[in-house]
Amino acid sequence: MTLQLTVSPDFSPDHIAGWYVFNTWLQRQLGVRIHLELYDDFDTQRKAIAADQVDLIYANPYDAAMLVREKGFVAVAAPVDRPDEAVIAVPAESAVQHVEDLRPGSRVAVTRDPDVNLIGMIMLEPADLKRDSVVLQQVNSYVLVAKQLLQGKADCGFFLKEAFDDLSGPIQRQLRPLVASQISVVRHVLMAGPRMREHLPVLTDLLLKMHSGGAETGARVLEALGLKAWEAQDQEDTEFMIDLMDTLMR
Amino acid sequence: MTHMDGGAPVQSESREFTMRHHDGTVRHVLVRDVEVPYPEGKLIVSRTDPSGVITHANQAFVDMSGYVREELIGQPHHILRHPDMPAAAFKDLWDTLGRGEPWQGYVKNLRKDGSYYWVFATAIANVREGQVVGYTSVRRKPSPTRVRECVDLYARMRADEVTS
Repeated sequence: MTLQLTVSPDFSPDHIAGWYVFNTWLQRQLGVRIHLELYDDFDTQRKAIAADQVDLIYANPYDAAMLVREKGFVAVAAPVDRPDEAVIAVPAESAVQHVEDLRPGSRVAVTRDPDVNLIGMIMLEPADLKRDSVVLQQVNSYVLVAKQLLQGKADCGFFLKEAFDDLSGPIQRQLRPLVASQISVVRHVLMAGPRMREHLPVLTDLLLKMHSGGAETGARVLEALGLKAWEAQDQEDTEFMIDLMDTLMR
Repeated sequence: MTHMDGGAPVQSESREFTMRHHDGTVRHVLVRDVEVPYPEGKLIVSRTDPSGVITHANQAFVDMSGYVREELIGQPHHILRHPDMPAAAFKDLWDTLGRGEPWQGYVKNLRKDGSYYWVFATAIANVREGQVVGYTSVRRKPSPTRVRECVDLYARMRADEVTS
């Protein structure tokens, strides 16, 4: 049987090759066949999950509740020091100095990244803005969010903080962060489905040792993924994150 | 008066209140009309056991409360209750959670030094294997418009509670 690994579609394009390297490493370490499937968007990925095609997923926190409660997934590990934080930015010369200066009808450039959009909308609440009182402009990448702002097509934009920090110097200098989230506990999690259950103890052990060089080339694979290390994520950690996301979705 | 930097407290006159809680405890609190602004971008998170005793507080919760963590863990959540909050708001909270539904509302919280801060709170039950093992409350920065509405609404509700 070939198992399937997939990655939340909001992963950085810089790390596509890294996920293939990780998949090859994982197959060698576990001695099982694993196919890496990278879906173009969240809807297609959710359909594959619904059809029980996915066995291991680096999941967006937004999908964690569905994976655990509807599909019997369990958390395996989470990346160290990689919380999902959001930034709301405006063009540098914008008259908007605080979130509260934004008005109904504001044009907001966003990606399809569900947790960043959720956190971004929460940070707009002090301005009495909700989804139905702003004009959302959905684009395919954070670079395109920046482009919308620089071309004057959007009044503000939502960024994953990491993506904002990765924008080139000249682009960043033409933007100004209004507010950045500091939530800390919302993060992507590697989750395993029911068919992965028999491999869980070995998989967990391998991941937690990856950074220490205990497993062959593990540290280099982590580097290719842009991660420092994995840390244990027990079921209660995941339940806590799900409860927290649940409060934010209301 | 608004205390804008969250640092050294602004001097203001203190008023003493006696608060009687649903668990029978009576608490004397000092209140000052000094608002501490909600910290930008942060969520204030706490968890309680099923009886409302604090079991977890994140750093933003600790910072905004003015207490140290050790003073909070093990205390009833009403340690944060401000006397301007109507009892009916908290009855609604517990009734709603008791029905298995999430509760949301605007809350004026009391800091240890008597100053206050407003939050938009969401509380949900933590259900594990069908059992409620506690509650999680997540607060975010409130809309100033809704806070202004609540100041008036809660004052009317408090007045009704005093007269009834």
